[in-house]
Amino acid sequence: MKACDTDSEAVKEEKTMAIKQISVFLENKPGKLDAMTKALADAGITLRALSLAETKDFGIVRMIVDDVFDTATVLKEHDYIATLTPVVAVMIPDEVGGLNGVLTVLTKASVNLEYMYATLAGKQTGNAYMILRVEQVKKAEEVLRAAGYRLADEGVI
Amino acid sequence: MERYYQKELECASPEKMREIQNEKLLKQVKHVWDHVPYYRKKMEEKGVTPDDIHSVDDLHKLPFLSKADLREAYPYGLLGKPLKECVRIQSTSGTTGKRVVAFYTQHDIDLWEDCCARAITAAGGTDEDVCQVSYGYGLFTGGPGLNGGSHKVGCLTIPTSSGNTDRQIMFINDLHATILCCTPSYAAYLGERMKEMGLGPDDIPLKAGIFGAEAWSEEMRQDIQNTMGIKAYDIYGLTELSGPGVSFECSAQAGMHVNEDHFLPEIIDPDTEEVLPPGSEGELVFTALDKEAFPMIRYRTRDICCLSREKCSCGRTLIKMKKPKGRSDDMLIIRGVNVFPSQIETVLLNQGYPANYQILVGRVNNTDTLDVLVEMTPEMFTDNLGEINRRQKELVDGLRAMLGIKANVKLVAPKSIARSEGKAVRVIDNRKI
Ligand SMILES: [Zn+2]
Repeated sequence: MKACDTDSEAVKEEKTMAIKQISVFLENKPGKLDAMTKALADAGITLRALSLAETKDFGIVRMIVDDVFDTATVLKEHDYIATLTPVVAVMIPDEVGGLNGVLTVLTKASVNLEYMYATLAGKQTGNAYMILRVEQVKKAEEVLRAAGYRLADEGVI
Repeated sequence: MERYYQKELECASPEKMREIQNEKLLKQVKHVWDHVPYYRKKMEEKGVTPDDIHSVDDLHKLPFLSKADLREAYPYGLLGKPLKECVRIQSTSGTTGKRVVAFYTQHDIDLWEDCCARAITAAGGTDEDVCQVSYGYGLFTGGPGLNGGSHKVGCLTIPTSSGNTDRQIMFINDLHATILCCTPSYAAYLGERMKEMGLGPDDIPLKAGIFGAEAWSEEMRQDIQNTMGIKAYDIYGLTELSGPGVSFECSAQAGMHVNEDHFLPEIIDPDTEEVLPPGSEGELVFTALDKEAFPMIRYRTRDICCLSREKCSCGRTLIKMKKPKGRSDDMLIIRGVNVFPSQIETVLLNQGYPANYQILVGRVNNTDTLDVLVEMTPEMFTDNLGEINRRQKELVDGLRAMLGIKANVKLVAPKSIARSEGKAVRVIDNRKI
């Protein structure tokens, strides 16, 4: 039911800015991450951001790339298992407490943050972005925008 | 409608079957006494002569044969016919100890192929069928046995042997194979590959599969049946006794009928060697009643299972054996607990994991370790680490409930566990004991 509600809201609202993150299953062994990033580099894919969540045996590599479709194809060709997840990229103002401000906005709006990580610098602007994985993507976008934060889509990062 | 290959034998009355068995046993005991000095010596040591054997009731008086005897008598010590009368050998892969090398006369091959023909007919095979034999051909009994049985039934036989998976699938589709014979692990792999190629159960012409030569679980059967849209039948056998076809499954898919006019089964206590009462679980022992060249009497299979005389819906009166829990050779003793790979497989398939797995046994600080490697699948994968951990824990709990000991579950990359085209290598035991 919840999912339906969000969908109908979306029709009236502005198009979502959510970016597609690619999450890949990797064994936690030396050289595995290397091999994967090499496969992507060989295919001419640029990584905009990368973070690793790991356990003793395996990890999930989370990436923002310049071309989601190409990346998914390359990964499949190399027998990797991957999945797409919508995430929000928000520009962090270059000032004290910049990140904290973002988190406060989300907390106030009761948006549940699962994890976050930083990107390399934004492509054109040189600004820093945080990638946020939240349960309610549209709501997060809405409250952040209302608080004056700048969100990015794939092209900007 | 149930079909039979040799109805008068498969549906014989108990009295008739006993009569056949008595007659064959007496003849066979005389045969080995006269022609197999190795076994005659064993009989003499036990103080038995052919005159002491009057019927199958006297079977227990005869000495056992074991794998150790086969090793000791290798290669010709158990031969019951001059080599000039033998026409074939088959051999095991020799995973446990030395290889078994078995000899066959033409008569032996005929009776073996009859047994396989009974199995194919019980799986619904007729001369209208196209039977693809994807068991290995060569020394391994799987290919030659089912190939011969398929000919006897009159199926159009495709002798693909194992390997070259895409060609296997091409033959199945282009030549409309209706029956597939191979190991269950290879069947699962073929199914997986066909699914990848976008072939659903309705696109695959197969209607039945005859899968044996390794232990497999009921869950794996369901899996194969669903993926390929077939009925999957179990078949059992050992090279020592001829090969596949010692027993076979019928339409009831609940236990295998033993071809007891050729192979007389007993269940014994593996420790005391006492014959156990009907219905008991114990080690399966077979006497080959009419094999000439390699006449096994009271051969200890190391397989743990039980026999049942319950009436079967298929109409056959042949005694049934349950799927062996596992060859006692396959059984692992881990921290003092008996573990069969088939138990681990049951848990995996129950929880929706693929049948491709590996069991690693090791020893750290004098304690056995048990690791189960399972491949991650696209269906299981999620960006949520907690969710993956939860599923992993569920599997650990399921294994602990089944085995009584803790197993570590390791999720590994897709296609990182080698696929087998014959018998799967499920267990790697690194303990140096
Ligand atoms: Zn039956």
